[in-house]
Amino acid sequence: MTDAVTNPAQNTGPAPMQPSALTKRRYAAERRFKAYGVGAVAIGVIALLLLLTSILSRGLPAFTQTFIRADIYLAPQVLDPKGNRDRDDIAKVMTFSYTPLIKDSLASLANELKDGPVPQATPALLAGMVSGAANAQLRDYVLAHPDEIGKTVAFEFLANARIDQYLKGNVTRESAAADSKVDPTQLDIADALVKQGIMSKRFNPAFITNPDASENRPEAAGLGVALLGSAYMMLIVLVLSLPIGVAASIYLEEFAPKNWITDVIEVNISNLAAVPSIVFGILGLAIFINFMHLPNSAPIVGGLVLTLMTLPTIIISTRASLKSVPPSIKEAALGVGASKMQSIFHHVLPLAMPGILTGTIIGLAQALGETAPLLLIGMVAFVRDYPGPLPGGLLDPATGLPVQVYNFTQRADPAFVERASGAIIVLLAFLVVMNAIAIFLRQRLERTW
Amino acid sequence: MTLVDEKAQTASGTLVYPATPAAAAAAPGKPKIQARGVEVFYGEKQALFGVSIDIPQHQVTSFIGPSGCGKSTFLRCINRMNDTIPICRVSGSIEIDNADIYDPRIDVVELRARVGMVFQKPNPFPKSIFENVAYGPKIHGLTRSKSELEELVTSSLKRAGLWNEVKDRLHEPGTGLSGGQQQRLCIARAIATKPEVVLMDEPCSALDPIATAIVEELIDELRSNYTIIIVTHSMQQAARVSQRTAFFHLGKLIEEGRTEDIFSNPREKQTEDYITGKIG
Repeated sequence: MTDAVTNPAQNTGPAPMQPSALTKRRYAAERRFKAYGVGAVAIGVIALLLLLTSILSRGLPAFTQTFIRADIYLAPQVLDPKGNRDRDDIAKVMTFSYTPLIKDSLASLANELKDGPVPQATPALLAGMVSGAANAQLRDYVLAHPDEIGKTVAFEFLANARIDQYLKGNVTRESAAADSKVDPTQLDIADALVKQGIMSKRFNPAFITNPDASENRPEAAGLGVALLGSAYMMLIVLVLSLPIGVAASIYLEEFAPKNWITDVIEVNISNLAAVPSIVFGILGLAIFINFMHLPNSAPIVGGLVLTLMTLPTIIISTRASLKSVPPSIKEAALGVGASKMQSIFHHVLPLAMPGILTGTIIGLAQALGETAPLLLIGMVAFVRDYPGPLPGGLLDPATGLPVQVYNFTQRADPAFVERASGAIIVLLAFLVVMNAIAIFLRQRLERTW
Repeated sequence: MTLVDEKAQTASGTLVYPATPAAAAAAPGKPKIQARGVEVFYGEKQALFGVSIDIPQHQVTSFIGPSGCGKSTFLRCINRMNDTIPICRVSGSIEIDNADIYDPRIDVVELRARVGMVFQKPNPFPKSIFENVAYGPKIHGLTRSKSELEELVTSSLKRAGLWNEVKDRLHEPGTGLSGGQQQRLCIARAIATKPEVVLMDEPCSALDPIATAIVEELIDELRSNYTIIIVTHSMQQAARVSQRTAFFHLGKLIEEGRTEDIFSNPREKQTEDYITGKIG
């Protein structure tokens, strides 16, 4: 009570430092909003994690492949009939001639198995476990090492997709029983070979470097052509869209008179950014292939189409970053007697550079993942040959990574499922690398004022 | 860098303006800048009405007046900064050393090297202190060697009274300095191109009183080498730093004369109302 006497004001009405009902409501609203925010972020994170785990769990096995180790005698009378070890002469021997050598090599292995763990084993069954691409694989090896001809070498034959999938757990004895492409005895042989250490899975760089393979040989299919095609297209997009986009933005932002023509141009650039990508594909087909007669399926056509698609993105982001440079910097440059050109190139552009680069990389990333326009210009084709070195290779047929993913998903053989997911992993890795470069460049170039 | 062709352009003889300093010195009584009937339009809107004024050499002239009275607009006519505003149109004539700066043969880039400008908000380039000062001389090709450039930067910083504070960190960013130091860096940058006239657009409005005092002292020192025009909102500042004062109101030059006269004995009623705080 002494308090009340010394300080009566405190007892009349609510204490001044206590939150009123209104303040409490405000805090409650703030807490609710935070909860919504956390919820939204959590949903996003969960979706991303689900996507990543599903892709990784399905796609990572594509990076390993099953191989069967066997000794093979590289018969000189078959592989080098002229006996001079000349690479050109050896190259005249077709893959077809290699098949008997592989059969001989596997026959001795089959006989060992027949006398041992798998009495039903026959040379034909064992030969059926090896990939149809094994003869080509052996031919590549011989062409690379002509000195080995006439020797007996230990070679790792690519196992076919069913056996590979059996080791990866996707083919079971139940599914094999209903499958004409695999015999249950082959699975017994596989078990025996694994036990003996003759057959095993290992990392398979060929998935990244090989070209695509036919429907019957998923085990040999790779992303080499698609990666090269995508890299070529990105190069074209970067080389064309960055200078054109930046020049157009600088002109529109700094030099162009403000009249209805520039207004129309501005509105249409924003519209172009929203045009569905397949429309650009039709445009590319009409202009670059039908009118200019550039070849089908060529990275140059893909690159040009993607450039058209990327330009609006780059122009919009470049103009935004040019606008965000404080006008006082340009005034300062003009004030000491810099010309307009100098004030832009010496002061405005360096400050806008981080934003321009970020926009460019986002545009490139978008272009890298673009599938629809490439379908229309024939890049969805089955391409076995690598495009040549630059610049001629730009006119050679190629595919792109996203189109390759699409391609893999269209194949009937279930072994292509992991190939498609593996290709998605490679595509995502490509994107992550590009974004990392963007972040790195932005942090190096970013300046404060 | 496109410095080379810049230089070639100014050397090609298209320039009328470069009246020799000797010519200016020969007529000591003649005003450095003579403006006659200057009118400025922003689109349809007229911002200045027939401003005529003589600005003497090696003195500080201050432009005072309420916001929007046209004092900054007129200042920016003197180095043609208004050219950067597309809708802005200027008529009348402004002569510096008898050369009309709106003559089509005048090179605006060269003009701005001779009429330096300091802005309201300190705006150093986001580069090193050295680069900030060296930029003007570099693009105008004022120095032939690196040591000459270094000397010019040093002397400019010394004149701007900043040398002792920055001599050990010339290669640190100019944006890292305090507001007052940044403004003095901008003054150093302006005088590094060896101008004859320095225009200051409210140079102290973003500074605290101590930094303001330092800059005002600096303006007084620079007077002996440059013709200075300062736009200010502070009548005390005008009284402290300037020898002559011009009062603008609603786009018109109301009165112009010696600073003591304007503040103690204005001829016009409007001037008196402004300096006594009745309008503004």
